[in-house]
Amino acid sequence: MKTLVLIDNHGGKATKASLEAISYAISMNAGNVTEVTGIIFGKIEGDANTSVCGLTQLVNVPSVGDTASMAQFIVKYLNESGSALFISSHDNTGKEIAPRVAVAWEAAMISGVTQMASANGTFSVKKNVFSGKAISEVVTNDNKVVMTVLPNSFGVKKQESAVAIETKEGVLTDGKVKLAEVKGNHAEGGIPLPEADIVVSGGRGMKGPEHWSPIEELAKELGAATACSRPVSDIGWRPHHEHVGQTGIAVRPNLYIAVGISGAIQHLAGVNGSKVIVVINKDPEAPFFKAADYGIVGDAFEVLPKIIDAAKAYNASK
Amino acid sequence: MAFLLVFTTFATTIFESMKILVCISKVPDTTAKIAFSTPNTYDENGVTFIINPYDEWYALVRALELKETLGGTVTVVSVGGADYEPIIRKALAIGADDGVRIDAPESDAFAVAREIAEYAKSQSYDIILCGKETIQYNGGVVPGMIAEMLQLPYVFGASKLDVSGTSVVLEREIATGIEVFHATLPIVISAAKGMAEQRIPNMRGIMAARTKPLNVIASCNAQAKTHVAKFDMPPAKSGCKMIAPEDAAQLIQLLHEEAKVI
Repeated sequence: MKTLVLIDNHGGKATKASLEAISYAISMNAGNVTEVTGIIFGKIEGDANTSVCGLTQLVNVPSVGDTASMAQFIVKYLNESGSALFISSHDNTGKEIAPRVAVAWEAAMISGVTQMASANGTFSVKKNVFSGKAISEVVTNDNKVVMTVLPNSFGVKKQESAVAIETKEGVLTDGKVKLAEVKGNHAEGGIPLPEADIVVSGGRGMKGPEHWSPIEELAKELGAATACSRPVSDIGWRPHHEHVGQTGIAVRPNLYIAVGISGAIQHLAGVNGSKVIVVINKDPEAPFFKAADYGIVGDAFEVLPKIIDAAKAYNASK
Repeated sequence: MAFLLVFTTFATTIFESMKILVCISKVPDTTAKIAFSTPNTYDENGVTFIINPYDEWYALVRALELKETLGGTVTVVSVGGADYEPIIRKALAIGADDGVRIDAPESDAFAVAREIAEYAKSQSYDIILCGKETIQYNGGVVPGMIAEMLQLPYVFGASKLDVSGTSVVLEREIATGIEVFHATLPIVISAAKGMAEQRIPNMRGIMAARTKPLNVIASCNAQAKTHVAKFDMPPAKSGCKMIAPEDAAQLIQLLHEEAKVI
């Protein structure tokens, strides 16, 4: 099934979420790489790092515009190439472009998919609903489909390839929405929360913003991003962009370590896609233990130093 | 001088006539039990329904704040049956001027977007505001589809929205910082945390909401392109392995050797 994958350009390279979308498209076509073409807007470095996931055909449109003009370019390409499937990551760029493509290309749209689709007659794919508390199987009979793939749910399947790059000129405009600037630096050299494989998160049990150093230290030892619960960001102990939960950021890391978080249902909705959950809480009745893989009932300020020391020893032994 | 006067009058006209449409959706309360009565029917038994938090806390409240500072009107629109009217009344109680219910069965994102776009196309709204996704279907594509159908600019997931004349400044939180966008009216925007703070309706608002207009309009019979074949519950956790606090150091070894995540 001829497939076009949108690749988000971060400083000339594909984002990790976009590499996942390419891996998804290649797997979807049973490894038949000739069916899959990537498209990336803006200037790129080399093959934009797309050779790591087995891509062989890349279309580069060096000019940039707003997402509406990129969607327009994509629809034209989809029609001319006779594609049947358009895939992007369920990231900010994908969430602006994919719905536009679906409308203009007159395709069925399924967003935030978490599992491999099947296309035997009807097209069917699973996605998380009710904020991860249930899974739905979405079906369409349309012969053109637009999908967005939820980041961190499929992973990047590493396979080296030679990428043939075709440069295309496009007339793109940024007249209607202009990115004026990017302010600040949340990650401050650390790991951006939505992309992190490991997240260490603190709740009200940390007792105050001045007690956050064990969280930060453990995160540093594990190469993790830091996060927090909603009350903690609401009272200003930690910045809003660290708030993980139903109304904050939903994360899907390999490992989520929750310290001093009781595990309200709204918080669980933001972390239930994590592969392994560790809960450290002094209250043995904390509901979070029911969703956890490993639990420690104890005082965070006694338990964390032991774990940090063990992490240091582990890092030293590697 | 004459030119200046004309210009001022023109600018004032824009402010006074600013029309904002807020799209709201009905979702189960955040603490509601998730169960299914048939393979593809959500069991609504005993469930309290609320306005989707992103639609209410951020999109609706910011729309009201803009109206309060710049003048204009705030209309809420929802696509659904009569069971949607309580949440529309709630939005009126919070402060919206009028409500519109497009009388169509609950459907997929495409059909919902088509219904709203058909309604909005003749209404010349300056801003169409939506929440960034519903907490029920977590799709997040309705506003983008509306934007394409109406050929309007669109910004997903804005955490800040300011309007001055016809200029719009938006911010969006990203992993590494904050993006600042400049755009112009009319525009479609989806709202994320940070755009506004939740407002609790007061008694006066609740009383006033009873008499505010709630217009029911006919569906354009938009056809869905997808449907849900079935719902499943996520696989249950096999249970939590407890580690004694004095043995906390073992955690790292277990995460490495057993869970294989570090």
